[in-house]
Amino acid sequence: MGAYLLRRLGYMLVTLIVIATATFFLMKMLPGTPFNNDRLNEQQLANLNAKYGLDQPVAIQYLKYMSNLVQGDLGDSYKYVGRSVTEVISERIGPSALIGFQALVLGTLIGLVLGVTSALRHNSVLDYTSVTLAVLGMSIPSFVFAALLQYYVGLKWGLLPPALWKGYEYTILPTLALSVTVIATVARFIRTEMLDVISQDYVLTARAKGLNNGKVIIRHVLRNALIPVVTMLGPLAINIMTGTLVIEKIFSVPGLGEQFSLSVIVNDYSVIMGITLFYSFLFIFMVFLVDILYGLLDPRINLRGGKQKG
Amino acid sequence: MKKRNGFLALTLMAALTVTGCNFNSGESNSQAPAPSNNGGTTTEQPKSDKKVLQVYNTDEIPSLDSAHVHETVSFTVLNNTMDGLYRRDKNGQPYLAIAGKHDVSADNLVHTFTIRDNAKWSDGSPVTAHDFEFSWKKVFREAGHYSFMFESLAVKNAVAIEKGEKQPDELGVKAIDDKTLEVTLEYPNPLFNQLLSFPTFYPQKKEFVESKGDKYGLEFDNALYNGPFMLTDWKHDQGWTYVKNPNYWDAANIKLDQIDGYVVKDVSTALTLFESGQLDRVELNSSYVDQFKADPRFHIIETPTIYFLRFNHEHPVLKNKNVRKAIAMAWDKQGLTDVILNDGSSPLNGLVPKNFSKDASGKDFREYNGDLQKGSVDEAKALWEQGLKEAGVTEVKLGVNAADTDRSKKIGEYLKNQLEKNLPGLTLELKNVPSNQRLEIEKAIQYDLSLGTWGPDYADPMTYIDMWVTGGSANRMKYSNPKYDELVQQAKVNTDLEKRFQQMVELEKILIEEDVAIAPMYQEGLAILQKEFVKDYVYLPTAPSNNYLWVDIAK
Repeated sequence: MGAYLLRRLGYMLVTLIVIATATFFLMKMLPGTPFNNDRLNEQQLANLNAKYGLDQPVAIQYLKYMSNLVQGDLGDSYKYVGRSVTEVISERIGPSALIGFQALVLGTLIGLVLGVTSALRHNSVLDYTSVTLAVLGMSIPSFVFAALLQYYVGLKWGLLPPALWKGYEYTILPTLALSVTVIATVARFIRTEMLDVISQDYVLTARAKGLNNGKVIIRHVLRNALIPVVTMLGPLAINIMTGTLVIEKIFSVPGLGEQFSLSVIVNDYSVIMGITLFYSFLFIFMVFLVDILYGLLDPRINLRGGKQKG
Repeated sequence: MKKRNGFLALTLMAALTVTGCNFNSGESNSQAPAPSNNGGTTTEQPKSDKKVLQVYNTDEIPSLDSAHVHETVSFTVLNNTMDGLYRRDKNGQPYLAIAGKHDVSADNLVHTFTIRDNAKWSDGSPVTAHDFEFSWKKVFREAGHYSFMFESLAVKNAVAIEKGEKQPDELGVKAIDDKTLEVTLEYPNPLFNQLLSFPTFYPQKKEFVESKGDKYGLEFDNALYNGPFMLTDWKHDQGWTYVKNPNYWDAANIKLDQIDGYVVKDVSTALTLFESGQLDRVELNSSYVDQFKADPRFHIIETPTIYFLRFNHEHPVLKNKNVRKAIAMAWDKQGLTDVILNDGSSPLNGLVPKNFSKDASGKDFREYNGDLQKGSVDEAKALWEQGLKEAGVTEVKLGVNAADTDRSKKIGEYLKNQLEKNLPGLTLELKNVPSNQRLEIEKAIQYDLSLGTWGPDYADPMTYIDMWVTGGSANRMKYSNPKYDELVQQAKVNTDLEKRFQQMVELEKILIEEDVAIAPMYQEGLAILQKEFVKDYVYLPTAPSNNYLWVDIAK
């Protein structure tokens, strides 16, 4: 286990370096500079470029960035003059993660119930209703739900604040809007997988042994059906918790998703790099966690085995 | 059994590591830090006793350091929390603010300001002449974005310092004593007073700035204010609170007690908040104009942002003046503004927009030259045929460099439709690229036609006129006319304001009518909704536009 962890850690590091390198050079190909003000004259642009070291060859800039990165320094934002990238990210990840986490928990729970009901009452009215809901949830973009929630719940009925970020009640609508996709995804996966597992021989065996239905479902069916769900939940969690542009924009949530798109638009190089790396790190780490979870869910998946893979 | 416990523990751990810390930061973000609790709760109180204005910005404040700020939100906040030597009144005219007295030498080159005795910082300490000298030189020491404003102001040595030939310390500004500031110019500048109200020229208290190190201006309590309001709260990317500054020299004339500013990036969200009573003023886009046209809260503001076509003056066919004029005339501007844009924009038949600048007698600049480049489609057709003949071609294909915004796309398609129909042999190829790239292409002059835009730096026609001098950084189309260059130079240093105005009228005529250097398209309109109880909200044509200074809440 120890050796495996170490090896995985090594891979993670290499992956991060590759991502940092690719992002850096791709980003340099973006048109424009962080100083896009059309008032700046040549001399001033030159002065600004010199101040930030952008007058040097890209290769040198890259080496400098990487050596700073190794020392844990993500640099300062170009747009938010004097503010560090770490500060920008840490200020904005909170709200994103909060609504993301809530949406994930709520979405998974509801999705689980819908999916399991669907599978157990296969081809019943209940099943069709839940499938229809799932398809709707998957195919209607979340901003439609967001706009509807904002208009009816927020404005017309005045039950919850329609936007802004001033207290806990302000997180509810964005959470609901965000959870729709999660509900739909989870429900669909669970249903399909459970239907698959229920027809397996070992389920029949378990039943034949006289195990009661509840135990069969929880211990044998659900547990095996969870593997693909876990695979999918990892990346989904990262996606949803690092912020979603549209939901954050609609509800005026001071989150990371909106910030990322903004920094690309204004060529805020250091923030683009910072957020990309942060996101990549979380993603890689989540994949790692999911791999470990596999082993616990299904002992046949062997973490120590490196030989089989070569 | 053991395994299952492990699984549970791990899931829990995973959930906690990924989210545990976020819960905390989420909470600290949504709850105001101790000193700002007042700011957060006042909105829930009945507002009858307190006059509160609720506004929004579409972005976070990047910085409050006047030496570095370079975009709208910072400018807006500084404009309402700071005061320069001059300030602009409701009509955009400069009046003495922090400086109580302004003496000018006979040659118009040395300006001596006396700081008001009651000019104070928000911490109660006096504003001194040293504060101005410090902040002005800081712009050059730290390569601030807006150092070019010193060039516009004509401060001595500004250009040389920018080029690295002189040191920031040699800038033509000097504190004679605590109360006396001396500014030396390169040449007499008729716009001097007007420009001095700009945020780049605000003072900074050296001791305070240095005590905050590189964190100056990054939090509400890491800045000092000497203007009508001061920030008492700033939650990043969420909003900030202004309260009346009791130490402001003109505090007696401030009616508002508090301003709540929020960050709202979406128009429809802002509208929802407006309807639910959390915002008092909202800027609309064209899709809402028809819906609210009849609403008593609806207003159209004519902004001085102009849109025009740049011609590449080195293009073999566009070199021909008749071709350019035909392209400028052969389409229906009214159709564009009324049907396609429908947001309060209006056709522009000149360089300087209307309601932007008036002469001493109150006559609008636009009235002097009237409609330039205006003619019928038939006239345009005749010019087109003649121009093509002169250029020796029968048809021409032109690329249009434009941003990839909805607005630019709509304009491009309209132009293509109109021009191709009216000018036989013309093919337009629309090249919509990201805004940054549009600017790069324009600067490199790698286009045939470019959909350009310009907003004024200061409230004087010169801000549009000096764009087109040979080699100017805003020219971006290789237009060059020595006569034009010379006249601009003359007008720039002419302190006889009436003559200068006439010179600028003449210059516009040369550029638009004689040379057809560009084809003006329209002047942007801004559609807004404003609660009827908000009085005297002043939106000035030049940045920073939003002025809360005179606002009163009459509920």
